[in-house]
Amino acid sequence: MSAVPSAQLLRVRRRLGDRFGDIFLYGLTAAAAAAAGALLVAIAWKIFDVARPAISKFGFGFLTHQGWDVARNQFGALDFIWGTAITSLVALAIAAPVSIAIGLYLSELAPRGARTVIASLVELLAAIPSVVLGLWGILVLGPFVGQDLEPWLHRHLGFIPLFSGSPENSGILVAILVLTIMIIPISSSICRELFLGVPDELEHGALALGATRWEMVRGVILPYTRSGVSAALILGFGRAIGEAIAVTQVIGAGHGIHWSLFVTGDTLASRVAEQYQGAAGLQLASLVYLAAILLVFSLIVNLVALGITRRFSYQRAGAT
Amino acid sequence: MAADAGRYSLTLSPRTRRRKLVNLLMQALATLAALSAVAVLVLVIVSVAQRAFGALTWDFFTKTAATFGESGGGVANALVGTIVLVVVAAVMAIPVGILVALYISEFAPPRIATATKLVLDVLNGLPSIIIGIFVFGLLVLGSGQAAWKGSFALAIIMLPLIARATQEVLALVPSTLREGALGLGASRWRTVVGVVLPTSIGGILTGTVLAVARAAGETAPLLFTTSIAANVVTWDPRQPVLSIPVDIFALSESPDPADHARAWALGFVLIAFVLVISLGARLLLVRHQKKLEG
Repeated sequence: MSAVPSAQLLRVRRRLGDRFGDIFLYGLTAAAAAAAGALLVAIAWKIFDVARPAISKFGFGFLTHQGWDVARNQFGALDFIWGTAITSLVALAIAAPVSIAIGLYLSELAPRGARTVIASLVELLAAIPSVVLGLWGILVLGPFVGQDLEPWLHRHLGFIPLFSGSPENSGILVAILVLTIMIIPISSSICRELFLGVPDELEHGALALGATRWEMVRGVILPYTRSGVSAALILGFGRAIGEAIAVTQVIGAGHGIHWSLFVTGDTLASRVAEQYQGAAGLQLASLVYLAAILLVFSLIVNLVALGITRRFSYQRAGAT
Repeated sequence: MAADAGRYSLTLSPRTRRRKLVNLLMQALATLAALSAVAVLVLVIVSVAQRAFGALTWDFFTKTAATFGESGGGVANALVGTIVLVVVAAVMAIPVGILVALYISEFAPPRIATATKLVLDVLNGLPSIIIGIFVFGLLVLGSGQAAWKGSFALAIIMLPLIARATQEVLALVPSTLREGALGLGASRWRTVVGVVLPTSIGGILTGTVLAVARAAGETAPLLFTTSIAANVVTWDPRQPVLSIPVDIFALSESPDPADHARAWALGFVLIAFVLVISLGARLLLVRHQKKLEG
């Protein structure tokens, strides 16, 4: 009997260790993946659970009821759905052409050396924390909008309902501009990658046939990337509807449904961020009901965008 | 003959001139769009830096907020709070994130791998305020705020970022390396631990660091989970702590210009941290990808 274990024993031990290690690692990783899935379900379940008192009291009428009366315990989401819709949609309308233009500039026009530098600068815009953008929004952008931009818009375009009313330092328009700044880096960097993915033969073919660069963009690049670009814009839109902090800082906590962009308002997310403190009972449940509506909206928006990208990449994979 | 002169003339026809003009206009607009995005970035950074400059004193970093009526004071508690929150969140999110990524790239059947990726993308797309309310409902309601609860919320935000970044790097590891290890008789787990992970460690680090930068700037998840704290420096994650973003949020809504100055200074610290980290991580990633591909 020696202290050194035989080669036979070592091999057995090793084989057992390997088998155990394989199963262990597989189990561990699978459990982590399952936990991520469970987390998603738990988030949805918990939000609807906390909102339940409000859901059972107001039902779907909550979605169409206007007004937020804490004293009388009467709550409705319509004002905030409107606020979310108008801020995000107008921000998207501004950001869409700008993002596409930036994507085109970075993929087609920018001088080779400057390309990556400018691209990473645009992406850095997305790295600025929203609370800092909101701080800048209140103290720098807000006064500019209230004292210069809105009076100018009112003077020249005041006949359009969007630009009626009296200028303010905080309100829907400031929120729109802040959201635009948030959407652009997300959408434009995806657009850039899509445009870079357009096969060179197609671009060169168009140019060789005598198309100008813009005609090549309109005739080849944009049609080729259409669905991807729409997914990029939808992802940006999803970011905009969920942004709470920066919007809360600049939108001014208003009520009602107005066509004017100058008035104060509130979005689903900003109302929750404003009133969570000290809220209890039905008010808290109603706030979480607002969050539940936001959750459903953002799930739909994200799934649509992901669905488009998935189909898009399948098509491309099949084409090559 | 006269007609031929027109046909072969070198001067541009009106139609061509218009096409060239439209082309030029569109190029100018695209350039303008890119320049204005860069200009906004510069504008934000410069206005934050300018206004922060005066407030960045030694006291600012080492003292807690002055009590009412006193001048001076600093934000030491918020700085320490953010460090505690982010470190605890990273400890929670990194192992789970890497494990999920390993599952997707090494073990899962294709269909389940796609589903898991979808789960991560949906998690990533959730508004951060939703995650804040989730943790609020799960952990805070009834038992009060604490730093680790805020960290848990931040960890949920970091998880999909780390997992997706890691999974993408793992996908870049050449399958010949895996096959080589397996062919030499190494077991699955030894291949993963001894070959796959060490090869992709650079990319995993980058993804993690970017996730940390993102989490450090998040406000909404902390608002519900760790926003009301005593004005003392504490490293204890069981206590609620103040953090840089929440402090900026509170100060920015105050009417007092002195509070605004502190908010700007905090904003500068946050931006500097986030920008330096994301830039550094991007450079690292580029180098790492070149190494793997080339």
